[in-house]
Amino acid sequence: MNNDKVITADQLTKRFGDFTAVDAISFDVHKGEIFGFLGANGAGKTTAMRMLSGLSLPTSGKATVAGFDVYRQNEKIKQNIGYMSQKFSLYEDLTVKENIRFYAGIYGKSDKFIKEKTVFILKHLHLESETNKLVRSLPLGWKQKLAFSVAIFHEPQIVFLDEPTGGVDPVTRREFWNMIYEAAESGITVFVTTHYMDEAEYCSRISIMVDGRIDALDTPQQLKKTFNAASMDEVFLKLARKATRGE
Amino acid sequence: MANSYNMKQFIAFIKKEFHHIFRDTRTLFILLGMPIMEIIIFGFALTNEVKNSKIAILDNSRDAATASLIAEIGSSRYFNIEKDIYSYNDIESSFREGKIKLAVVFPQHFGEDLRHFNKAQVQLVADASDPNVANTLTNYASAIIVDYQKRITQDHQLPYTINTEMRMLYNPQLKGAYNFVPGVMAMVLMLVCTLMTAITVVREKEMGTMEVMLVSPVKPLRIIIAKAVPYLLLSIVNIASILLLSVFVLDVPINGSLLLLSFESVLFTLTCLAFGLLISASTDSQQTAMFISLTGMFLPTIMLSGFMFPIENMPLLLQIISNIVPAKWYYLIVKDVMIKGVGFESVWQETLVLAGMMLLLLMLALKKFKIRLA
Amino acid sequence: MRTLRFLLQKEFRQIFREPSILRVIFVMPIIQLLVLPWAADYEVKDIKLSVVDHDHSDYSRQLVSKITASAYFQLQDYTGSYQTALHEVEKDKADLILEIPASFEKQLIKEDKATLFMAVNAINGVKANLGGAYLRNIVQDYNSQVRTEWIQFPRFSPETNIEITSSNWFNPLMNYKYFMVPGILVILVTMVGSFLAALNIVKEKEIGTIEQINVTPVKKYQFILGKLIPFWVLGLIVLSIGMLIARVAYGIVPAGSLFAIYVFAAIYLLAVLGLGLLVSTFTGTQQQAMLISFFMMMVFILLGGLYTSIDSMPQWAQLITKINPVSYFIDVMRMVVLKGSSLGDIRNHLLIMFGFAVFFNGWAVISYHKRN
Repeated sequence: MNNDKVITADQLTKRFGDFTAVDAISFDVHKGEIFGFLGANGAGKTTAMRMLSGLSLPTSGKATVAGFDVYRQNEKIKQNIGYMSQKFSLYEDLTVKENIRFYAGIYGKSDKFIKEKTVFILKHLHLESETNKLVRSLPLGWKQKLAFSVAIFHEPQIVFLDEPTGGVDPVTRREFWNMIYEAAESGITVFVTTHYMDEAEYCSRISIMVDGRIDALDTPQQLKKTFNAASMDEVFLKLARKATRGE
Repeated sequence: MANSYNMKQFIAFIKKEFHHIFRDTRTLFILLGMPIMEIIIFGFALTNEVKNSKIAILDNSRDAATASLIAEIGSSRYFNIEKDIYSYNDIESSFREGKIKLAVVFPQHFGEDLRHFNKAQVQLVADASDPNVANTLTNYASAIIVDYQKRITQDHQLPYTINTEMRMLYNPQLKGAYNFVPGVMAMVLMLVCTLMTAITVVREKEMGTMEVMLVSPVKPLRIIIAKAVPYLLLSIVNIASILLLSVFVLDVPINGSLLLLSFESVLFTLTCLAFGLLISASTDSQQTAMFISLTGMFLPTIMLSGFMFPIENMPLLLQIISNIVPAKWYYLIVKDVMIKGVGFESVWQETLVLAGMMLLLLMLALKKFKIRLA
Repeated sequence: MRTLRFLLQKEFRQIFREPSILRVIFVMPIIQLLVLPWAADYEVKDIKLSVVDHDHSDYSRQLVSKITASAYFQLQDYTGSYQTALHEVEKDKADLILEIPASFEKQLIKEDKATLFMAVNAINGVKANLGGAYLRNIVQDYNSQVRTEWIQFPRFSPETNIEITSSNWFNPLMNYKYFMVPGILVILVTMVGSFLAALNIVKEKEIGTIEQINVTPVKKYQFILGKLIPFWVLGLIVLSIGMLIARVAYGIVPAGSLFAIYVFAAIYLLAVLGLGLLVSTFTGTQQQAMLISFFMMMVFILLGGLYTSIDSMPQWAQLITKINPVSYFIDVMRMVVLKGSSLGDIRNHLLIMFGFAVFFNGWAVISYHKRN
């Protein structure tokens, strides 16, 4: 197996009854990549991501994450990944510091590590003065940035981001992507779903899902060339028009 | 024209509410199944009658008299003779293990005393940790012994005898259901109307969909009413199923006018809905709404409406408080109309009280809503 | 162990930050224990009596004054027409009618025999039964009184007399509160156990934080223990508060050992917490969880022997009480608090409860999945 590949998927499929949410998708993700997962609502992005992160059992096909098998070694996978869902995932009734401490703690980090890194991160996010405030009282953009920091606090190999920037203003979105770049530079592989096409341009490679299948997979530049399009927006529209599955 | 347009909108909202209710089958199942379960439990399982109680006999005499008296006690439906015991100390240990509730103790020479002196003694020892049961069992056992004693004396007819003839009004078979059915009706209506209305409105607030509806051209008041209508209909279904069950399964008759009973039930339902709306206007979280509904409406209904616990036994303060519990008045009305079969002329006062409460609650709810919406 | 510590720390922080939970834990027990026992008094007394006297003789007046002298009866009115009295019953102003026929006194003296009529509102069967029995006793007493006025019995009375003495153990003052308070306490502890625990987990589902936990390496048993332990502790706190209130407000001091109560409560809480866990795995929203818990609690309480005696229930209902954990704890509380039963006396209860705990928790653990 090529050590460079941190995620491999081969004919990965998920059915709910007679509805095929994810239909035999295959792809590899390389270390340090920012891998974009695009698709209309209901195309199967979230289901695919949930299978890879061990939340959902595949119906058939093969996949490994961080070298571990998704069927048998899903608990080992969890030690090596971070996850941030589209539903807000921090505890609103805990303070900023308490949330960080809690999540770091259940990943088994030492007290010393937690203490030092908390100071560093809060400084980095300019949240020092909010340390002891309840998360409930923070604006949405700050919450999202905090949630991302918490998701990579334990220094995972891969972080899964499920529509991390939903409902956030453009300035914050830009800041958020800067954080993603920083994470990727430090060696963390980023697997991100989104339906903002401008965000797609930031990714190293993109896969576009339509009706549960991957219809295109390449770098943004190459995709635009292949589809003879000026922007990712156009690429997406050309592909999405074929979709039969509505929301 | 404008009116029929408004009406259509209104109906659209009501339809939406029905969709919510029917889609959540688990909840719907409970809402419709609960009254049925309750009627069955209350009707068949819960009697505050005391019967089949386990008792023990300590017979220190062992003669013909004790044997026939013991046989008599054993054949009564109130008692099951669990065991014979042989010493006074065993009584206490049997009580401790919870095996028996009453012990009947015959002293030595019981039969002899009875034959020679026309006089003998029996001791009844009751486990009074439940005073009610202890009291009742002691009474029942005494009655059996007195009967037995009367039978022995039958030979000599006594002069100057006062006989008593007893008639049981309304409920000749002394069924517990007669008392419970009206109470269960009050409880179920309260639960469906107050709790569910309060929670659904607050839920929409929590999820933010309330705002969406408030910006639509429909008047806020109508939105609120539209939320209440399905629960009103659901309650009517529940009333019907309770009445059918009680008539055909529990044999509790409807002695009065069905029309009057239905009218009073709808009045009570409206009172509960108004209370539910008031709660939803005053809170923002489901858990709080639940808490207020339970402590503010449900507990008082069970405790202070008179169907579980007799109001006349309560301390004066609680008796006074019981007057502001709507269920108390409804319970009185249902008992009168359904069981006693009296007409409107006998319940108009209670009806008036209930109607007054309904209007007051509705006014408070609307006022609160207006303040919040403004 | 370390992971569990972090989980527990988080749960306790959240619980003590939530005012509605604190209200349930501290305010509800106090209010319920202070109010409920006063309302729950089944003793039949103060029966409202309406007398219809067609006789107006000395005897009828003597009889009525003897009845009203008793603590059980209150004379509501004294009329000459049965219709008027019946109307009083219809209006709930009277419970019982005593009709004394015309020439009651004459018949009794001349014909050695007279009959009284009674009619009782039997909607509440127990009250009717006991009320009737009380009234008959008084009439019997009066009867003997009349007899002794007219005849001098010989030394050996021809009337057989079995003297009945009765004694009431464990609660000689027949205080109904002694009976109710331990039972109500059980209900409160159960609410904290099953209700709050179920709501807590379902809330995490609704908000979505449970998914975040599911992608972490936290083990299934760690997560479940992290939820069980806090509510287990809270349940024991509620029990302690309740015992304190019982002692201060009602003077109830357990006749048996506190140790026996706490040992049983500890196992009992495990069982109902397991039940709460089960509810949370089978529901998706707080509304559903509330309704289901509520429904279960109602069946458990009603069929738990809190208000009505289990022995009097039909066979099928008694079977249900056998699979109802609440009924065991109510039983144990009354046994230990009132009768001083020891751990040995409640061994069967303990064993069964242990079985419940294993069963519910086992089922909950099996049906809780970190992935679907």
